Amino acid sequence: MAFQSIFLSFLPSNQYMHIPDGYLSPVTCAAFFILMLPFWIRGVRSLRQKMTSRNVPLIALLSAFSFVIMMFNVPVPGGTTAHAVGGALIAVILGPEIATVCVSMALVIQCLFFGDGGILSFGANCFNMGVVLPYISYFIYQAIAGKTDITSRRRVWGSAIGGWTGLTVASFCAGCEFGIQPALFHTASGTPLYAPYPLAVSIPAMVIPHAAVASVAEALLTALVVAYLQRTNKAALEMPGQGAWSGETTRRLTRLRVLWILLPVLIILTPLGLLAPGTAWGEWGADELTQRGLAFVPQGFASLQGLWGAPMKDYDLPALGNSNLGYILSAIVGVALIALVAWLLTTALTARPAPEAPDKEKS
Amino acid sequence: MFMGVPEPAASTSRPRRRHFWQANLAQLSDALEQSLFAERIARQPGLLQGLDARVKLVTTLMLLLAISLSRSLAVLGALYAVTLLLAWSSAVPLAFFVKRVWVFIPIFAGIVAVPALFMIPGPALLRLPLGLTLTSPGLTTALFLVLRVASSVSTVVLLVLCTPWNNVLKALGVLRVPDVLVVVLGMTYRYIFLLLRLAGDMFLSRQSRTLGRLSPADERRQLAAGTGALLSHSLQLSGEVYLAMLSRGLQGYPRVMETFRMRRRDWLYGAAVFAVAAGAVWLGR
Repeated sequence: MAFQSIFLSFLPSNQYMHIPDGYLSPVTCAAFFILMLPFWIRGVRSLRQKMTSRNVPLIALLSAFSFVIMMFNVPVPGGTTAHAVGGALIAVILGPEIATVCVSMALVIQCLFFGDGGILSFGANCFNMGVVLPYISYFIYQAIAGKTDITSRRRVWGSAIGGWTGLTVASFCAGCEFGIQPALFHTASGTPLYAPYPLAVSIPAMVIPHAAVASVAEALLTALVVAYLQRTNKAALEMPGQGAWSGETTRRLTRLRVLWILLPVLIILTPLGLLAPGTAWGEWGADELTQRGLAFVPQGFASLQGLWGAPMKDYDLPALGNSNLGYILSAIVGVALIALVAWLLTTALTARPAPEAPDKEKS
Repeated sequence: MFMGVPEPAASTSRPRRRHFWQANLAQLSDALEQSLFAERIARQPGLLQGLDARVKLVTTLMLLLAISLSRSLAVLGALYAVTLLLAWSSAVPLAFFVKRVWVFIPIFAGIVAVPALFMIPGPALLRLPLGLTLTSPGLTTALFLVLRVASSVSTVVLLVLCTPWNNVLKALGVLRVPDVLVVVLGMTYRYIFLLLRLAGDMFLSRQSRTLGRLSPADERRQLAAGTGALLSHSLQLSGEVYLAMLSRGLQGYPRVMETFRMRRRDWLYGAAVFAVAAGAVWLGR
């Protein structure tokens, strides 16, 4: 396992971040398209509402900017160069919502035009580079920068740490996406159909080189540009997009912060469930019922038992080879799914139709 | 323009690392060159060039899905052959097409798949030194990955080579992509070239004023300053573009003018690709 991880770690890591078609199963791709929908809808809705404002050319130019900086070779300490994504920089300056739209746009052009990153895996790429990277970078930057002056050193450090963490977590997500493929999608004889490595190989192979090289490039670029703007163009760091998130949403987040902090702790504690002997009361399968002395299992019960094969049966992924990790991963997936459903429901219930552009009403 | 920047004459016989700015310039000019070449092929007469962009987009997705769903190596190979056949009938130079597709993504997939050859347990095909054993499921997995990646990239590259970019964008409307995004994408595409040129000019002027070698820390600082200047420029330009849009009578919501018309050959081609894709999914299930 270690050999494969080390071998894969030495490959140019930036190519991994743009997942091409063929590495992920169509089911995974579809799941990420669904996961991305609320983010895109949010972005488009805010674009439509502000149609007569400056947002359209702004988004276009920043998407182009994001595309162009993805091509820069950033020299990293140690003598090598790496490509940055730029998602952290846009998030720090204009907020994560706009960064999601801009990075998605740049990725559309990259995948359609250069064949860099797949079309079916577009959703997964947008999730890693357009959601995970900018949101994490932004919140870390905000947490470190706080209410300091716009020229404060803390902002430079905040953007560096935010950029590094954002891209490292994004590479972890990509590692998970690759790693679940062999367990879930294989031929009858067990030959993997898509990305062939289990989580134990794919996660270190993705995270180690990113943490050491690509994330450092992202951190350096974000921090040095923020420092440059502090000297030359302070107005850019005080863009209105900053307020979009730091207003009501941040207040709401602050109120709920305690719960959010508690959640990872609970997730890490989930393997405690493994200590409990036996199965939960009343959740017995047909064979357990027989073991418990039941002489007869109803036919309907037995036939319906195999109706639904859960993708992560018993909260475990055999490919992981570690049931504790499987438990934690199941908890993360479960919490993420519940949060997504809750968000979708609240968005749908509280959605208001986009107001018509004022110019149109006049004509 | 910064294309075709000459390599500096080597002052010593020792091979030197390429100049930092030069590496960046080469990357930017590659992007421009690639796009110019694609536009030229898209204007040639050929099978795909003569079809409606919407049909091409939808059939590309059908082929991608078929490639993604297929569980048989023979079917994947056949689908790759279909893309070669389409390239040939669209007057795309085959050597160029194969090179463009295989460098770099499928070759990279091949390297990624190397450990899988030995890692996945199964009947041994070949025993190598160092205790490595090439297994048949390992080989199958590696071939799955490489063939799937190569066929997918081929399908997308074909679409891009044979369709002017503007038409690809307009065709996105069939997939229910909102007009506002189509407009933004169109603008993004144009500004990419503007920013590529700006960045290229900036790097070239930096390079021409740089004597000797920069330390990596200086290289980083200069790159960041360039990036920051580019960002400031983009922000400023967006304001100017907005004013220009207003002055030309921007009225609220943008609309995309669509002049597509489906003809018999479009329907025929669509039906043919549907049949091929459905057949591939059926045979490779």
